[in-house]
Amino acid sequence: MAVRYGGPLKRAVTFQIPLVLMVGVTLFPFYWMVITSIRPDLELYNVRANPFFTLHPTLAHFQYLFDLTMFPRWAWNTLFIATVSTGISLFCGLLAGYALARLQFRWAAPLGTLIFVTYLVPPTLLFIPLGDVVKAFGLGDTPWAVILTYPTFLIPFCTWLLMGYFKTIPREIEECARIDGASRIRAMVSISFPLAVPGILSAGIFAFTLSWNEFLYALVFLSSPQQKTIPIGVFTELVRGDVFYWGPLMAGALLGSIPVALVYSLFVEHYVTALTGAVKG
Amino acid sequence: MADQRIEPVLAESASRGASAIPAAAPPIPARGRAVRIGQLLEREHVLACVLLAPTLLILTLFIAYPFLLGIWLAVSDKVVGRPGNFIGLENFRVNLNDTIFLRAFQNTFVYTFIATILKLTLGMLAALLLNHHFRFKRIVRASMLLPWIVPTVLSTLAWQWMFDATFSVFNWVLMNVGLISKRILWLGDGTLAMGCLIAVNVWRGTPFFAITLLAGLQTVNPDLHEAAEIDGANAWQRFWRVTLPLIKPIMLVVVLFSMIATFADFQLIYVLTRGGPYSSTHVFGTYAYELAMRAAKLGQGASISLFLFPFLLVVIVFQLWYIRRSD
Repeated sequence: MAVRYGGPLKRAVTFQIPLVLMVGVTLFPFYWMVITSIRPDLELYNVRANPFFTLHPTLAHFQYLFDLTMFPRWAWNTLFIATVSTGISLFCGLLAGYALARLQFRWAAPLGTLIFVTYLVPPTLLFIPLGDVVKAFGLGDTPWAVILTYPTFLIPFCTWLLMGYFKTIPREIEECARIDGASRIRAMVSISFPLAVPGILSAGIFAFTLSWNEFLYALVFLSSPQQKTIPIGVFTELVRGDVFYWGPLMAGALLGSIPVALVYSLFVEHYVTALTGAVKG
Repeated sequence: MADQRIEPVLAESASRGASAIPAAAPPIPARGRAVRIGQLLEREHVLACVLLAPTLLILTLFIAYPFLLGIWLAVSDKVVGRPGNFIGLENFRVNLNDTIFLRAFQNTFVYTFIATILKLTLGMLAALLLNHHFRFKRIVRASMLLPWIVPTVLSTLAWQWMFDATFSVFNWVLMNVGLISKRILWLGDGTLAMGCLIAVNVWRGTPFFAITLLAGLQTVNPDLHEAAEIDGANAWQRFWRVTLPLIKPIMLVVVLFSMIATFADFQLIYVLTRGGPYSSTHVFGTYAYELAMRAAKLGQGASISLFLFPFLLVVIVFQLWYIRRSD
């Protein structure tokens, strides 16, 4: 749907200027993270210094982060938690999505609705009782507290997305294999699942970024510094009382954002498919 | 490569099937048992049960059960370290007489509605801009989504630093341009702080609207626009009469999703203001956290979380009704 334009002035006013403004506002906070993380403290806390650039870039804040905080440990925790909970969610979502899209059984429709409903339940509604459940299972302050609770919002999402994906794969392909003597499971695993790989990739990338970014459950269930994830660690351990260590804070924010931004930029199209598929169903 | 990725799934699903079935079947020799399981799994409803079991197990343990537990907590006087007693609707009575709660109630609705309207408007504008052909379109579209994908806590910390009482970059610019002579305390006043919270939420959420609405716009047939143009419709009329009706379904779904997330928001507010100054910017989520986790009043906190539920229910029922109707 290409739209044609009148003169160059009209194009500038209705298109180029708004576009530049939009991109500028979108990216400014990230520029701010970068510039803050490399400015020395002397400049950061000087109201007269021009805050937009620095002539004395320094890596001191990053050094502080790696030498005097548990940042590397938090990074490892975040990676481990995001990977395992994504794996669990993909496994469950793949099987459930296939069952709901392909198999005919009595409870298919109500179960599909039920899973869709749980997809809309926000963590804010459940974190208090869930804290009790986690403690009762003896999972409090271990990575498993969040690895097992993140799937509550990841599985419904994965199921929903993959269910939609399986519906686009023609049933006949599988039926051919069945006629050739393959069992139902054999046909599912070696015919349908490989065809669903793009959908699995989309769901996986989306689930990974969601669990990398999660805040509330991690804040409530993980308390000791060595168990924290990056979002929690940076937020709770780099603020002492009322003192904010802005240099290391922004360095941590930057480093914590880069992995998801990287995963995202490698798979933009898959991510967008997941995002739009998630709402369309 | 695809096969390698699938293989473990086969092994696991097979072992799961094998462990789930024999409980119901009488013990039979190993080889016969394998055949028997194979036959059972040929039946669609048996296979469906096996495939859905892990999902239903996790959702029951960590959603359904906590939900019921939450209702019990909300009608109990449970505090950390002591079993609770049933106290009926006492917690709700206390809430409705608590000025901080009433403020949080109001804030939640103000935050949700103003932010959603702004996100929809700006997201639509962004989607219309991105629907043009121009150089660097791919990279612009990709970078548009950054606020949405990076951890909210981390980007909100950057905003907190930009709103800093002493070193705010906005104050620096405004003072150097000569628009203000005294620093603005962005987060120092309840109303202004709410404005800042909404601004950050809009910054973070607009990309989601822009990208999903863009996907909707790309399904609009350009012929319809040309036909309307030939009939003399200007750009404004074409947007309202042609584009909007066609993308209304996806727009509605995006708005509902975003409303749920905004209504139940916790992290953005907790990081930027922690409900302050003087508890003036709490929403349901942050006030429930404050009472349950910092004051150890689990029952009271759970009763506040539960206030989210009626609103969620309305949105969910509406959404299900809408999906069914459009099917």
